[in-house]
Amino acid sequence: MHNKPKEPLIHMSKRKALTWYQAWGIRLIAIVIALAVCAVITSVTTGLNPFEVYATMFSGAFGSSRRMWILGKEIAILLCISLALTPAFRMRFWNLGGEGQILIGALATASCMIVLGDTLPNVILIPVSIIAAIGAGAVWALIPALFKARWNTNETLFTLMMNYVATQLVAFFVIFWEVPKGSGKIGIINQSTEAGWLPVIAGNRYLLNILCVAAITIGMYIYLTYSKHGYEISVVGESVATARYVGIKVGWTIVRTLMLSGAICGFTGYLLVAGTDHTLTTTLAGGQGFTAVMVAWLAKFHPLGMVLSSFLLVFMSRGASEIASGFSLNESFGDILTGIILFFIIASEFFILYKLHFRGFSRKTEKNAENAASQMKETPSAGKQSGPAGSDNEEEKREDSANV
Amino acid sequence: MDNTIPAVALRGITKTFGSVVANDHVNLDIRKGEILALLGENGSGKTTLMNMLSGIYYPDEGQIFINGEEVTIQSPKDAFRYGIGMIHQHFKLVDVFTATENIILGLEEKGRLDRAAASKKIQEICDLYGFQIDPQRKIYQMSVSQKQTVEIVKALYRGADILILDEPTAVLTPQETEKLFAVLRNMRADGKTIIIITHKLHEVQELSDRVAVLRKGSYVGEMMTRDTNPQEMTNMMVGRQVTLNINRPEPVNPKPRIEIKGLTVTSPEGVLKLDHIYFDIRAGEILGIAGISGCGQKELLEAIAGLQRVESGQILYINDDGKAEDLVGRDPLEIQHMGVALSFVPEDRLGMGLVGNMDLSDNMMLRSFRDGRSVFTNRKQPHDLAEKVVEELEVNTPNLSTPVRRLSGGNVQKVLVGREIASSPKVLLTAYAVRGLDINSSYTIYDLLNQQKQAGVAVVYVGEDLDVLLELADRIVVLCGGRVSGIVDGRTADKNEVGMMMTELGGSERIRAMEGEGLA
Repeated sequence: MHNKPKEPLIHMSKRKALTWYQAWGIRLIAIVIALAVCAVITSVTTGLNPFEVYATMFSGAFGSSRRMWILGKEIAILLCISLALTPAFRMRFWNLGGEGQILIGALATASCMIVLGDTLPNVILIPVSIIAAIGAGAVWALIPALFKARWNTNETLFTLMMNYVATQLVAFFVIFWEVPKGSGKIGIINQSTEAGWLPVIAGNRYLLNILCVAAITIGMYIYLTYSKHGYEISVVGESVATARYVGIKVGWTIVRTLMLSGAICGFTGYLLVAGTDHTLTTTLAGGQGFTAVMVAWLAKFHPLGMVLSSFLLVFMSRGASEIASGFSLNESFGDILTGIILFFIIASEFFILYKLHFRGFSRKTEKNAENAASQMKETPSAGKQSGPAGSDNEEEKREDSANV
Repeated sequence: MDNTIPAVALRGITKTFGSVVANDHVNLDIRKGEILALLGENGSGKTTLMNMLSGIYYPDEGQIFINGEEVTIQSPKDAFRYGIGMIHQHFKLVDVFTATENIILGLEEKGRLDRAAASKKIQEICDLYGFQIDPQRKIYQMSVSQKQTVEIVKALYRGADILILDEPTAVLTPQETEKLFAVLRNMRADGKTIIIITHKLHEVQELSDRVAVLRKGSYVGEMMTRDTNPQEMTNMMVGRQVTLNINRPEPVNPKPRIEIKGLTVTSPEGVLKLDHIYFDIRAGEILGIAGISGCGQKELLEAIAGLQRVESGQILYINDDGKAEDLVGRDPLEIQHMGVALSFVPEDRLGMGLVGNMDLSDNMMLRSFRDGRSVFTNRKQPHDLAEKVVEELEVNTPNLSTPVRRLSGGNVQKVLVGREIASSPKVLLTAYAVRGLDINSSYTIYDLLNQQKQAGVAVVYVGEDLDVLLELADRIVVLCGGRVSGIVDGRTADKNEVGMMMTELGGSERIRAMEGEGLA
C-alpha cells in the first residue's frame, strides 16, 4: 500500500426517489445528447447537414395531414399490442406470443368477413367478427397459460412457438381463400360490398381505430391501477408464495390475465383486417408483436407511459424511412439513428436511479445540489434550466438538474 | 487506547441514503484478536457501517485505517486485499455449484483452475478451526448452517484476518450456534479479529470481549463485555430505561379453539414431516411450539392455514357455539374468513406474506383487498391501517409509500405482524415473529401477542429462543422429528427438560428425514 489512498475517481450511490418532473428532465437531457451524437455521426459518415436530416425526419412523420394520420394509426396499433402484453408482463409472464395472437385474431376476422360477408348485414357482422377475433386471440394465449398454471412450463418458449403455428395456419387459409386462384394472395376482402369493414367516421378511415385504442388505454390504466384484478396481477408477479398465502388463486389469475392479454391482441388483429388493411397476409403483424415488448418495457409497463414510448418508436421508424428515401441513404442509416436514441433513453434510467460522485467534486456537488434545490423551490423552471456555474461536465449537469 | 495499533479504526464515517442518515460521524476502534459485538436497534446503522468496511458501500465522509494506515475500500475485492471478509445475512452463493467452486469463484489465480488443490486448502482451513463441511457438496443440498460455514471458509480462503458476521445466529438452532461460537473462539485464538452483529444479548455475553453500541446512526459508546450486563446494554441501545421481563398474564377463560387429531403431512418428495400429531389450541392462551429447525413447525402452521397438503388426520375448528368444522381440504381464503390468521416470518422475511416492491398501504391491502363488491380496490382503509401500524408499532419508515423491501428487517416484521393482528383474528399463528428483531421491537411484539391473548384470541407462537418461550407461553408443545414429544406447562417447565424433549425422542427418525431431504 505504497500509493496514497485516494478517493475513487467515480463512485455511484443510489438516489432517493426523484419526482416525476426531475426524472423526465433527465430523460429529456438524454434525448438531447442522443440527438447531438446522431448529428455528429450523420455529418461525419454522410457529409449531410444533420439539421436538414432532422427536419426531413420530422416532416416524414408530421409533414402532411395524411402523414399525421398514418403516424396516428401506426401508434394506435403498436400501442394496442403493448397494452395487450402489459397485464401479462406485470404478472412476470413473458408473453412473446403477441404476433401469433394478432394473426389468429386477424384470421378469425377475415374468416367472418369472407364466409359471412354475403349473408349478414354489417350491424351483425361487425360484432360477430369482433367476438370471433377476441375469442381466437384469447384461446391462443390460454393454451400456454394453462400449461404454465398447471405444469409451470416456460411461457417464453411456449408463446414464441405458438407464433409459428399461427403463421402457418394463416398461410394455409390464405391459399384456401386465395383470389384469384393461383395468386397466393387473398387480395382486398369484400372490395365491392365493403361488408365487415369498420365504418369511416368523421371522414377519416383511421379515426375509429385511434379512438378504440384510446379507450383501451384508459381502460387498461384503470384496470391495472385500481381494480382488484390488477392488484392480484401485481401480487402474483411479485411473489407467488405471498399470493398463495393471502388466498389468491394463482393458476386462475394466470389464466384470466392471459386471456385478457390474448383477447386484446386478437382485437388488434381485428383492427388490422377490418379497420385498415382489409386483407390477410402472414406478415400482417409485421413484427410489431415484438416491438411492443420494447414499448412496454420502455414505459415500465405503465399504460400511459406507453403512449409516449410507442409514439417515439413509430416516429423514429417513420422518420428513418423518410430520410432513407429523401437522401437516398441506405435504410440501415435510419436504424442506426434509432438505435443511438434508444440507447441513450435506456441509459438515462441509470441516472434516474443512481448518482455519480466524482473525485474532488462530491462535496461541492452536494452543496451545489442543495443550492439548486432551494432555487428550485422558488422558481421551479429556472432551477432546472440553469445548471450551477462552473460545471461544464454534462454528467454533472444531469445530476444537479435532478438532485433534490 | 493502549499501545497496540487497532486492526481497524473508523474516523468520522458518514453515510446517507437520500435523506436518511444511516451513519453520522461514527468513530470506532476494533482491536487485533478480539471479538467485538456491535449492538444497536434495527435500523441503527450497524450493517451499513460494516458494509462500508467490506466495500459494498463507499462512505460519504470519513476515513478508514487498517493497521494504522489509511485505506480506500471501493469494492469487496479491495476489502479482501486488506484482509476484511464479511458474512452477510443473505448468503451470496451459487446454488448449483459445490462448496469448493463457490469458494474459489471470482479469485483470479494464475495458472490452471485446480479444484483438487483448492479442495485440499479448504480442508486444511476446516481442520484448523474445526469446521465441518464437505467441499464437494453442492450448495442447494446444504442446510442454512452449512451454507454459512461455506461463507466463512470463503472469507478465510481469501486470507481474511478481520471477519464481520451480520446476525449469524438468526437462522441457526441452539446447537448450530454453539458450534459456530466454538469455531469463532478458535479463530480468535489464532489471532483473527471478529466483529459480530447480533441482537441476542446472552450470545454477546457468551462470546464477545467488547461491546460497541450504535443508536440512530451515531456511535454511543463501548465497554468490556465482562463489565456490563444485558440491562445496561439494552438501555444504551434504546437510550432509556427498559424492563427486561416478559409479561405473562393469566389465560382468559381458555377453551379449545382448534383440535388437531392425527395430523400427518408428507413433503412432495415423500418425506414424513408430521407424524400423527394430536394437541389442541385454546382461545385466550399463548401456545408455544418448541423444536429444532425442520422438525415440522412450518408444516404444522401451513397445514392449519390451508397452505399445506394434508396426508391424513383432522384439524377441527371449534366455533363459539361449540360446533366443529374440519379445516383440512379448505382453501386458504375460506380459512382466513373463518378467522385464522397466519403471520409467518420466513427465513428470507419477504418471501411469504409481504410484497417487497409494494408500499406499506398496498401490503396492508393484501388481506383486505377483496372486501366489498366493487371491482375496484378501496385504498382508504389500508392506508389508514398502515398509518396506525406505523404509529403503534413505531415502524421506522420515510413514509407510507416506501416499498417494504427498503425497510430494515425488523420494521418489515412489524408491518407483517401488525397487519395480521389488525384482521382481528380468532386464531393467530406466528412463526419466528421476533427473528432478527432488536430487544425493544421484540418486546413490542410480545406485548401485542399478550394483548391478543387477553382479547380471547388463540395465539400460537413458534419460536427459536427457548428462554422466551418459557417466559411467554402458557403451554408448550414440543416437536421432535415430526412428532409431539411432550406438552408442558410454561410456568413450571424446566429449560433442560424441554431441551431434552426437543432432541431425544425420534432423534434417529429426524436424521433419516434429513438424509432424505439431502437426497431429494
